[in-house]
Amino acid sequence: MDLSTILILSQDAFTSGAIYALLSLALILVFGVTRVVFIPQGEFVSYGALTLASLQLGVVPGTVWLLLILACLAAIMETVRLLLSGAVRKLPRSLAVILGPPLMIAVLVKVCAPMHLALGWQILLTMLLVMPMGPLIYRVAFRPLADASALVLLIAAVAVHFVLVGLGLLFFGAEGVRTPPFSDAQLTLAGLNISGQSLWVYASSFVFIGLLAWFFSKTLYGKALRAVAFNRNGARLVGISPDQAGTLSFALASIIGCLSGVLIGPITTIYYDSGFLIGLKGFVGAIFGGMASYPLAAAGAMMVGFSESFSSFWLSGYKDVVVFTMIIPVLLWRSLSTIHYEEEE
Amino acid sequence: MMAERLLSVRDLHVSYGKVEALYGTSLNVDRGTIVSVIGPNGAGKSTLLNALMGVLPSRGTVEFCGNDMGGVSIESRVAKGLCLVPETRELFAQMTVEDNLELGAFTRYRRGDKNIRKTLEMVYSLFTRLEQRRTQFAGSLSGGERQMLALGRALMSQPTLLMLDEPSLGLAPLIVKEILHTISDLRSTGVSILLIEQNARAALQISDYGYVLENGEIALEGLSSQLANNPRVIESYLGIGGGEGS
Ligand SMILES: Nc1ncnc2c1ncn2[C@@H]1O[C@H](COP(=O)(O)OP(=O)(O)OP(=O)(O)O)[C@@H](O)[C@H]1O
Ligand SMILES: [Mg+2]
Repeated sequence: MDLSTILILSQDAFTSGAIYALLSLALILVFGVTRVVFIPQGEFVSYGALTLASLQLGVVPGTVWLLLILACLAAIMETVRLLLSGAVRKLPRSLAVILGPPLMIAVLVKVCAPMHLALGWQILLTMLLVMPMGPLIYRVAFRPLADASALVLLIAAVAVHFVLVGLGLLFFGAEGVRTPPFSDAQLTLAGLNISGQSLWVYASSFVFIGLLAWFFSKTLYGKALRAVAFNRNGARLVGISPDQAGTLSFALASIIGCLSGVLIGPITTIYYDSGFLIGLKGFVGAIFGGMASYPLAAAGAMMVGFSESFSSFWLSGYKDVVVFTMIIPVLLWRSLSTIHYEEEE
Repeated sequence: MMAERLLSVRDLHVSYGKVEALYGTSLNVDRGTIVSVIGPNGAGKSTLLNALMGVLPSRGTVEFCGNDMGGVSIESRVAKGLCLVPETRELFAQMTVEDNLELGAFTRYRRGDKNIRKTLEMVYSLFTRLEQRRTQFAGSLSGGERQMLALGRALMSQPTLLMLDEPSLGLAPLIVKEILHTISDLRSTGVSILLIEQNARAALQISDYGYVLENGEIALEGLSSQLANNPRVIESYLGIGGGEGS
């Protein structure tokens, strides 16, 4: 293996590592705030890429229907809940909040889809479509289970994963898509060709991770999310609602997933079920960070990117085997080295 | 002059599974007063405060500022001006002192309150040790500093009624005095306080009204000065020579 091969493989490694890093952050966030191991994280990746591909063709993406179905489910559940608790007065407002934005987005997309807008606008539409799904999924599947054990939540997450993949097949079909790159530029650096799309991936994930770091360390809402993850009771006692924190974390999860999908759409072919494996690799990174440490998770995700890229060179058929086998030594290392924070008193 | 009733609790029942911990407790807190609840270990004092905050489910009526608190979530109670410093403190151990304090003002921040900085400075001037340790993790504070942080975080929400569960727990006598002094000073800033204390003498000294809770029931109540001279209270809670504290 000569230097140029190493450089090319590293470039791939960084590209996919950056995506896995983004996903691992989302997984840790959702897990910390809601205790949900969010298996369906990867579905947002496929939805993102597939939605963008539909918009490119000028057709109304299936995500519109998905979004409307989710919104209706959430609306039905909210109605039942309010009827049972006797708070019927709140019904119109709750329904408006749940149904309003998805309906408006659906109409907007329906109008804009045939217009063949510029790529930037299409990406914006894609984000608008996929983003509300996170909070809606939380509302439908996880909020009613808020007091359940972590195992029940995990089972619910697996169920949601299968439902979303099934709906993905229904609305997008079995064909894979590849979206056009954001730019056709080729940068030559020390004899190495770097594609414009890779640069986009690096830059976007760098900026987005930076934004997240700023959000969690500098803004009170970010700190509130961390507070819920650290100490749920303490958070409630200062007036932070775990429901709202959960909604916000799921919104970030769907934004991150969708962004990842939009970024890798031009690099790999994405099918309705491709997200799952991609999400699982982010999950390996998250485990590396003990489902708690963002920097360690990002480092772990990079490692996943590297082992995947280099093992695809040496033993291409087994690259996924290599990546997922890594979980075992990582878990062993974690269990030996984890610092257990003592809770209060 | 009739004082305004801030908190009124009638016939409160709380149970852990099948075991009842409180049966039919009633108590009142008027605006601008300090009310203390004393009683032996396991009497149900912490249970009472947790139920009032909505942390534990309860039966009976709890009215705060004239509003029925039945079915109101913890977060909404905080937003309405109720604040609990629980026995377990529930600090954010992996966050800095200052983050903990800022989060104490979370509901005010949501409301768009612009004076949070001022309250922070007030808390720092009250507990200078917290200011010196503002960038330190809450989990690395000493026991006494943690109590200060818990109290400071509660003050950041500018509560109408502050409920304190043994604020002097595990503190050196000198600091106990200091903390209780701080608490009695808070009254002048318009905060009403429901105080639970093992140190019955000090509690009765700084409070206006007192309740004695025994085995999940109110055994005695009265003006603190009268309670402090009640032979039964003296015998069980104040010990020999307890008569002079009023
Ligand atoms: N989580 C729980 N599950 C079951 N029983 C409980 C629980 N918490 C408290 N109890 C019981 O309820 C009763 C009242 O407890 P509580 O903590 O309110 O007492 P306390 O008056 O605060 O005591 P202390 O002065 O020791 O803090 C006790 O008998 C206790 O054993
Ligand atoms: Mg107690």
